[in-house]
This record gives sequence, C-alpha cells and structure tokens, in this order.
Amino acid sequence: MKNKTGIISKIYMALIMLFLYAPIAVLIFYSFNDGKTTVWKGFTLKWYSELFRDSNIINSLGNTLIIAFLASIFATILGTAAAIGISNFKGKKRLIIQNISNIPIISPDIVMGVSLMLLFTTLGVIFNFEMGFVTVLIAHICFCVPFVVLNVMPRITRMDRSIYDAALDLGCNQWQAFYKVIIHELMPGIISGALISFTYSLDDFIITYFTRGSKFQNLSIEIYSMTHRRISPKINALSALLFLAIVVIMVFINLRDRHEEKQEAKRT
Amino acid sequence: MKSRKPSVPYIIWMLVFTLIPIVMIGFTAFTDKQGNFTLENFSKAFFYTDVFMKSLWIALLSTAVCLLLAYPLAYMITRMKESTQNTVIMLFMIPMWMNFLLRIYAWVTLLQDNGPIDMALSILGIHGTYIGNTFAVTLGMVYEYLPFMVLPIYTVMSKIDNGLIEAAQDLGSNSFNVFRKVIAPLSVPGIISGITMVFVPSASTFLVAQYLGGTDDIMIGDIIDKIFWTDQNTGSAISLILMIFIFVFLILMNFFGDEEAIA
Repeated sequence: MKNKTGIISKIYMALIMLFLYAPIAVLIFYSFNDGKTTVWKGFTLKWYSELFRDSNIINSLGNTLIIAFLASIFATILGTAAAIGISNFKGKKRLIIQNISNIPIISPDIVMGVSLMLLFTTLGVIFNFEMGFVTVLIAHICFCVPFVVLNVMPRITRMDRSIYDAALDLGCNQWQAFYKVIIHELMPGIISGALISFTYSLDDFIITYFTRGSKFQNLSIEIYSMTHRRISPKINALSALLFLAIVVIMVFINLRDRHEEKQEAKRT
Repeated sequence: MKSRKPSVPYIIWMLVFTLIPIVMIGFTAFTDKQGNFTLENFSKAFFYTDVFMKSLWIALLSTAVCLLLAYPLAYMITRMKESTQNTVIMLFMIPMWMNFLLRIYAWVTLLQDNGPIDMALSILGIHGTYIGNTFAVTLGMVYEYLPFMVLPIYTVMSKIDNGLIEAAQDLGSNSFNVFRKVIAPLSVPGIISGITMVFVPSASTFLVAQYLGGTDDIMIGDIIDKIFWTDQNTGSAISLILMIFIFVFLILMNFFGDEEAIA
C-alpha cells in the first residue's frame, strides 16, 4: 500500500516538474537554433553574440540593476526607521498606520501603477517635469517599503528592550547603543526585507510600465517590446542567461542557509 | 528608542505616494475632463461588464485549478525527508524568479501553431490550435501563480504537530480518516491565503490574455491599460470598481479565515 502511493506521488511530482520546467527548457533549446522559427535549422551561438552587441539590452539591464539597488536601499532605511517608530505607537493609531502600510501589498499592481501615474502626471504639470528614472525609482520604493516594515516589525516586538538600557548603563552613548544593540538585533529582518525588495524590484513590469514616461527603459520594458514583436530569438538567449543566473543564485543561497543551519546546530 | 519620530518620513511618504494617489483615482472617477462632478464614467464602465465577468471567470478557474494541483502536491512534499523538502521547494521557486513576461512568452512558444506541442501531436495524428483561447489563458495563469498556492498550504501543513496524527492513528483512524479529520481541517488557513494570493493577481493582471488569449479573452487589466492612456476618467472608474471588488473579496476571505480559527 505504502509503496503504491509512493509511486503515484513520484509520478505526480515528475509531471508537475515537467509542467514547470518544460517551457523554460524549450526557450533554452531554441536559443541555440539557427533559424527564426520553431523549425530546427542547426546549432548556433549567434543569438548570444547579437544579444551582447545590443546596446539597448545592456543599458536596460544596467537600469534594472541600478533601480533595484537604489530602491532596496532607500526602502530598507525608510522601512526600518518606520518599524522602530511604529512600534512605539499604541492601540488604534498603530492599527491605522499598519493598515495603511498594507495598502500597497494588497492592492492590485495595475491600480497602484495607474494611481501613481495619475499623481506623477499631475505633479509633472505643476512642477514641470516628465516621468522617467526618478518616478520609476519612487514607485519601486513605494511597493518595497511595506515588505521591509513587515519583515522588521516582528523582530522589534520580540526584542528585549532592557538590552538597550543595559548598553546605556554600561557606557554606550545613544548612537552606539542604537547601532550595537538595536540594529544588530533587527539585522536578520532588515536583510530579508532588503532581499525581498531587491527581487520584487528586479521582477516588476506593471508598475514600471505606468510610471516610466516615454524614454526610460529597463529589462522588463525591453522584454515587453521584444515579445510584442513576437519573433526574436535573442529573447530566448536572454531567457537562458537569466535562468542560469537565477539557478546559480538560488543554489548559492540554499548552500549558505544549510551551512548556517549546521553552524547553529554545532553551537547548541 | 522610545521615540515615534523615526516613522515620520515613512508616514509622510505613505501619505503622498499611497493615499493621495488612491484619493486621486476616486476623484478622477467621479469627475469629467473639466473637473466637474459626473457619474458618466461609471455608466461607460458598464460597457465592460462582460469583460469583468470574463476576468472573474478566468480568475476563478485558475484559482480552482491551482488549488486542485497544489493541495495534493503540498501534502506529498510534507511526507518527504526534510532535506528533500527544501530542494523541492527551491525547484518551485526557481521558475517564479524568471521575468513574468518571459514565462508567458515561453508558453506562447510552446503552444503556437507549428510549435513543439502542435508538432508532437501532429505526429500522433491530432491536429488543432492550442493558443488563442480561454484554455491557454488559464494555463498561463496557473503557470504564473501555482507556487503562490503551493507555498502557503505547504507551510501550514508542515507545521501540523505529528503527535496529533499519531494520536488519531492510535485511536483507530485509517489514513483516509487521519487526512479528513486532522490534516484537512488544520490546513484551511493555508488554503485561504493560497486562494487570496492566486485570485487577486489573476483577476487584475494584464498581458497574459493579450499573449495567450483569443479576441474575446480580454481581461479587466487589459481594458484599464487600453483606455487609461486616452481617457483617465473612465480608466479611474474601472480601477476603482476593481479595487473595491478586491477589497470586498479580501474582507470575505479574512472573515472565513477567522471563522475557521475560532472553530
């Protein structure tokens, strides 16, 4: 009986994995195809070399990384400070602030995108600017900050506040106590908040699409305009490279986690 | 440390970049181009009732398929060795990190006429079109959001105390009854957050239907995208309806979740 269910679940798992990876495998396969259609015309690496010579794509990749980097740093600072401040509010006020915090998380991306576009176009008329790099950055910070608050908050509520006072008694000034005690205690939450922000910013298309104006390009927007034209095997090459990068990063993170778990186990 | 001041920049930020934009959507929805009060935008929004219904239908269908696929899957994962569990979860996350558009584009490649699936089935003597219909759109949605269903259910299931399962077995339950009386009721919170995490984005997303659907597979997100650039007032009215709808849905799900927690 046990063995039988084991086989069924193995087959089921294999089918789901096929479902998840077949589309990606097909893209990678066609990235080596020496022809523009789905008919196999022989092996080539020309789409990869064309990809690297495409200055638009290289620029877009740069913009994506810069936005993700800046947005996650700003969001982390703003969100960590916010979490510390909010934890000192009590009762109804705290509830209201936390609920407002959740608005960007629960409202649909497209609504957030058009509402920010409305704000930026109105402000643009008043202050005479056009949407572009800065508005995209602001929009990305907007949807990242709540995730930082959400990750840091539980750490603060669990923290023993007397450690801070102890640090002061032992001769730290306020800044030292803040840095050495509080930031140290909150660090895991801060780091996961920053990582989530970074990945969300990398992946975003919808909000960038509505707040970018006419000139700003990032990788998602570039992919959008490429896929809209449908036939462009360079996209397959790009997918293959991104997939490779993701696998390397994920394996690296997983190995690090396991290493840390082992260290932790040794200590206890 | 006891000061509230550090949250001031954040509160101002949220006011300017979250609350005010939403208020502006509300304001624009109820005014015409000159800024006078009107309800005309909502009567224009009514033209798109069909699209609303279609979006809801596709979102419901995708959520149901995700739940059917994910629930046994989450259960199977919890039965595995712990180190295997982490690897399987990682395998689920990897495709999710691929750019949203590339994942849809991958399905366009797979399903298109003369694409790999069409060619394979032609060899077997089956001819047909696999793209440009509601089926393809649902498939794309399930592909996009399946991990959002698996992860919360898995998280809740893996936290179920093994002692409870053993107790049920000791008291004479067979494995079906253990599942029905212990595991299923305790996994409800995971199901509810899974449904929320799949339904909300699939009801409001855009482009999936444009890439994979036919001419009558237009979703509400596509309509907002199409008309917002030319008619912000009607666009705002539709966005407002979508937002209110999503909020009502979330409140309902929350309500069910709380009921379960008490029971």
